[in-house]
Amino acid sequence: MSFASLPTLSHYLVLGAILFAISIVGIFLNRRNVIILLMAIELMLLAVNMNFIAFSSFMGDMAGQVFVFFILTVAAAESAIGLAILVLLFRNIGSIDVEDIDHLKG
Amino acid sequence: MSFQTALFWFFSAILVFAALRVVISRNPVHAVLWLVLAFFTAAAHWLMLQAEFLAIVLVLVYVGAVMVLFLFVVMMLDVNFDALRKQFRSYVPVGATVGILVLIEMALTLWGGRLGVTLPSGANPVDAGSNTKALGSLVYTEYVYPFELAAVILLVAIIAAIALTHRKRSKTKYQNPAEQVKVRARDRLRVLNLPSEKKET
Repeated sequence: MSFASLPTLSHYLVLGAILFAISIVGIFLNRRNVIILLMAIELMLLAVNMNFIAFSSFMGDMAGQVFVFFILTVAAAESAIGLAILVLLFRNIGSIDVEDIDHLKG
Repeated sequence: MSFQTALFWFFSAILVFAALRVVISRNPVHAVLWLVLAFFTAAAHWLMLQAEFLAIVLVLVYVGAVMVLFLFVVMMLDVNFDALRKQFRSYVPVGATVGILVLIEMALTLWGGRLGVTLPSGANPVDAGSNTKALGSLVYTEYVYPFELAAVILLVAIIAAIALTHRKRSKTKYQNPAEQVKVRARDRLRVLNLPSEKKET
């Protein structure tokens, strides 16, 4: 990879891949903490959006950006509901540890 | 190295570092703030890719609303983070291995030259006056049905979030018209047959 040339599409795609991999590592490391899990999901969505916008810009097709528009909408809705569930969880069991969500365990 | 290239590497370094700090932070407020930085830097990248409307929407909506919501929730919940991080160290080997493997696989696939796939070389942004205009001309004509569906999704999210977390105050008195209409006379009134008292004369 040459550091002096203009960034090509591959540069942006690998950047998206790095963000996605960091988010997966984050889910592995913080598997007990619901808040950090939600934040890792937001990072994943950011990685995918980066991919879409890079493709849209380099191929001259606006469909990628339209899709990012909808991804942002759905991600905002999902964050709101996820946080509402988190608040409710904390209200009921007093902790946000995934290990404590075991009411249905046999 | 041109200015644009230097900017690309500068923003990429900040973005990757901020993303790493999100998942490694000990303090949830710090994690949210690093995520805010990551989003700002991603918006800078999108500005360089000439998607300025989405860059601004990312900052306004995602950082301005969703991340602020995260901060509120993190501040309201009194969580003992040290207990959750006790097993952090034991997860690091597997997590790092999986992460590096995923990254290598994705980089090999996306670095087009390796697989003989030719990717477009120069940036070909759509020239329609402005990015906002180009986006609007698509969203309101060809993608208007998904646009309306996105609005319905947001409405459902509002209703769900309120319905989930709304707490009824048990001391307030309110009327229930259905109950009022269902009442029958014999539920409210009981007619007793008592002999009238005879007055002592």
